[in-house]
Amino acid sequence: MATRVLAVEDSKTGEVVEAVYEHPLIVRLCHWVNAVSLFVMVGSGLQIFRAFPSFGAKIPQKDLIHWPKAFAIGGWLGGALQWHLTFMWIYLASGALYVGYQIFSGHYKQVLFAPRDIPGVWPMVRHYFFFGTKPPEREAYNPLQKHAYTSAIALGVLSVVTGIAIWKPVQFSWLAWLMGGFHYARLWHFLIMWAMLAFVFGHLVMVVLHGWNNFVSMLTGWKKAPGYTSE
Amino acid sequence: MKSRIDSHKFKNVSRRELFKLAPVIALGAFAVPKLQPSLLKAGLGFSDWASGKLFRHGHLAPTFDDSQLTAFDRFPINGYDVEDPEVDLDKWNLTVAGSVARPGDYTLDRFQALPKFTQNTRHVCVEGWDVIGKFGGARLSDFLKTVGADLTASFVTVECADDYYESLDMATALHPQTMLCYEMYGQPLTREHGAPLRLTIPTKVGYKQAKYLTALKVTSVLSRVGYWEDLGYSEFYGL
Repeated sequence: MATRVLAVEDSKTGEVVEAVYEHPLIVRLCHWVNAVSLFVMVGSGLQIFRAFPSFGAKIPQKDLIHWPKAFAIGGWLGGALQWHLTFMWIYLASGALYVGYQIFSGHYKQVLFAPRDIPGVWPMVRHYFFFGTKPPEREAYNPLQKHAYTSAIALGVLSVVTGIAIWKPVQFSWLAWLMGGFHYARLWHFLIMWAMLAFVFGHLVMVVLHGWNNFVSMLTGWKKAPGYTSE
Repeated sequence: MKSRIDSHKFKNVSRRELFKLAPVIALGAFAVPKLQPSLLKAGLGFSDWASGKLFRHGHLAPTFDDSQLTAFDRFPINGYDVEDPEVDLDKWNLTVAGSVARPGDYTLDRFQALPKFTQNTRHVCVEGWDVIGKFGGARLSDFLKTVGADLTASFVTVECADDYYESLDMATALHPQTMLCYEMYGQPLTREHGAPLRLTIPTKVGYKQAKYLTALKVTSVLSRVGYWEDLGYSEFYGL
């Protein structure tokens, strides 16, 4: 994996800053398609949940929560299922393309949380949550970032697997069995969605904190003046 | 080796990379009111097509012990309209038509004369709940052979005493667990559960499992799919 690096010379001042091509096109495409499809899957999923907002018996039915219709997509159960069963293919395709590309390009090394990242976790936690000094940046993502992205990808895979178990509890009865039965597959699917939303929340907070330059890199691929040196 | 580039050129490089994301905008078509219904219909259609491909004739739905059954009084009654359409059980028969060698009216004893089987299977509702019930009756495939149905036809359609209607793909109709059910929990079917004859199909979601059957037809042309399907639900919805 050879990362492209440019020395950008300001045409007026002559000042030179480095720019690193952090996000290849396929990664960027998958990121944004995934962002849209995740939004639709969560919104329509919550509308589907509204039809039976429980994980217990039908009789007697004990509702877990009354999810407001305003924060759901599809308007009614049938409409939500249309959205969910349409966008699950887009969600799956973007996810599969992303994972496949990462593996075959070797680009995964930038994202995948590996054992060598473990020592760097605590200093980052101290920096983010306990006002510790910022550890020096060595690569595109710090250890905690890698952990977050790797977890998000794992959650994405789990969301698909639990979804298949609910969608096809007969054809993939072994999947539902693995999750403790159809009943539990539905609960796992629901919990994984919340875990994913927790990631998205943290992700958006970090995007805001890290500023425009960082955000633009997911649009153009290029990050100007990264905090680390490419060599 | 870092190549040098001036900031104007870098802006152009960046802009070109940004424009390459244009395909994402195509998803915006789903937000266009005029396009939305047909796009979602196509998406659902694709999903149904894939479901049909995933269906395996020899793969059986899980069955359960009597100890795992949902109590009979906790087995939900889901009528779309009325719970009891007041079928005259003494005069009841099933009108069979379409691509069959022996059309006509079939009384309940004709179904009871077919090989009987019972199974404890999971009933999954589109809403998300599920129960395990004990069902007894005849194989739909046995009945189709009795009436000399054209098994190369695409669909079996049914009509119900409460104006509900449904259709089944032939592959599912011929599945060994697809049942013309006249018994639940060892007792004759109650009116609320679809007396005297209903479909129980453990490879399909609940709304395909029509109750209080009055007519059955074998056909390759559907003028309508099913009550809920025609309102926008999945046409195949195989589990």
